[in-house]
Amino acid sequence: MSESLIFSISIFVLATFVGIEVISKVPPLLHTPLMSGSNAISGITLVGSLIAAGEGFGLLSTYLGLIAVIFAAINVVGGFLVTDRMLAMFHRKPSSTASDHR
Amino acid sequence: MNSTLTAFAYLFASVLFIVGLKMLSSPRTARRGNVIGALGMLIAIVVTLTDKKIIDFTLIIAGLLVGSAIGLVLARKVQMTGMPQMVGVLNGFGGGASTLVAYAEYMRLGELHTTTSLDVLITIPLSLLIGTVTFVGSMVAAAKLQGIMTGAPILYPFQKQTNAAMLAAIVILTVFFVMNPAQWYLLIFIIVLSTVLGVTSVIPIGGADMPVVISLMNSYSGLAGATTGFILSNSVLIISGTLVGTSGIILTQIMCKAMNRSLGNVLFAGVGTDYSGPAARAEQRTVVRYTPDDAAMMIDNAQSIIIVPGYGLAVAQAQHVLQEMVSTLTALGKTVRYAIHPVAGRMPGHMNVLLAEANAPYDILMEMDQINDDFQNTDIAMVIGANDVVNPAARTKKESPLYGMPILNVDHARTVMVFKRSLNPGFAGEDNELFYGKSTMMVFGDAKTSLTGLVQILKK
Repeated sequence: MSESLIFSISIFVLATFVGIEVISKVPPLLHTPLMSGSNAISGITLVGSLIAAGEGFGLLSTYLGLIAVIFAAINVVGGFLVTDRMLAMFHRKPSSTASDHR
Repeated sequence: MNSTLTAFAYLFASVLFIVGLKMLSSPRTARRGNVIGALGMLIAIVVTLTDKKIIDFTLIIAGLLVGSAIGLVLARKVQMTGMPQMVGVLNGFGGGASTLVAYAEYMRLGELHTTTSLDVLITIPLSLLIGTVTFVGSMVAAAKLQGIMTGAPILYPFQKQTNAAMLAAIVILTVFFVMNPAQWYLLIFIIVLSTVLGVTSVIPIGGADMPVVISLMNSYSGLAGATTGFILSNSVLIISGTLVGTSGIILTQIMCKAMNRSLGNVLFAGVGTDYSGPAARAEQRTVVRYTPDDAAMMIDNAQSIIIVPGYGLAVAQAQHVLQEMVSTLTALGKTVRYAIHPVAGRMPGHMNVLLAEANAPYDILMEMDQINDDFQNTDIAMVIGANDVVNPAARTKKESPLYGMPILNVDHARTVMVFKRSLNPGFAGEDNELFYGKSTMMVFGDAKTSLTGLVQILKK
């Protein structure tokens, strides 16, 4: 096993524990925004997509990268925006400006 | 930018993701937490763009613009009832991106003529499998939820066996690929098989179980990102992918527990019916019918009320008029709260979002464990558009498919008021004893019409 793989596995295992610790504190009230928000974070594949699309290694590789960039950007932008839209609706007191119903 | 600085910037982005998720633990900090997560993403993207490896920016910018525009439109246009499909579609795109990156990386390695290490050779097929199953499975789940496809389970003989065979074939193809990585077509076979597997593993799952599937796909999309991180040895991908992976798994467990089902049972048993609902039972039993006027009189005399909303409420688009009634009653000095079962909506936490959209303050949205002991001291439990989650058969009837599922104790309230279109059973197809109880008032009709009538009377 290479050193980089061992390093990757270590990060994976530690991140699992952090994930369990952090996520289990999220109340059911916010589980939908949690899903859409964490979903946006998983769009981090965008980082890999950007390199694939911009490296200039062959036409096919570049175009696969381009589609990956589009997919991941939808994931990231759509995820964060829709989460924000939902979280904006959570008020302690009923707001007078009957929140936006776009 | 040099690689040390890049590594630290990625680390900083990972920290922001964790902090952002942590702030989701309270509705007061949640919105800021989401912004912090987005900031982490922005940092990760900007740092990546300064990478020396990138020589051409035209396609990147074009891709970012197109993707962002689509994401923006989706996020603005989607209705709150359509949120499960939205999350499904977004999951799918994340998975799809992982597949594409994995294949592009394989091509790059080939063109570089490097002797690729064994780890990368194993993680590429793995990433293709998870990414493709996530992409296809999520799209199928979204199509089911949107009603483009039937919500009923699609079953055929030897379904489990063929799925297992396909998975085994993928493993064998992976072994052959590792032995000779020049055989690119093996990867194509893996993608094709994973596509089929994505379809065949989701179609046998019934519409009512979609919350579990969406949560599970959420988890897969995270794992897909993490495996891509393994291929690229990129820590920010591994960390954030893993966080999402655990989040999805935790939510999947919560959903399964709330339905008293094992994950295996949800995925393979083919339980559930179409959204149109099964036909009413043949046996004729009498229930006492009441009008909104009768209900208004009871409510007028009550001091404490707990409302149990189900997805039928959202189908009837009655959440706004319901909240109007709650505000009216609260203004009259009555204690009114909502009791929300974990599977009340179509995805984890869905009902809370629907009620928040209708302007319900979040401090009266109570989860099942918080409020279940309060029903016995409550004058009226109002059940609107919910059925299985209040069915006492879950407590007593051993042969019932609902048996063992945690339910809301509405039958402990002094009076139970049920707003329902008909006596049709719920998703589980189980008749509900609650409707025939002595302290139960049935108000039949469309929830929106009934509640609108009720509000008018109460406001007088």
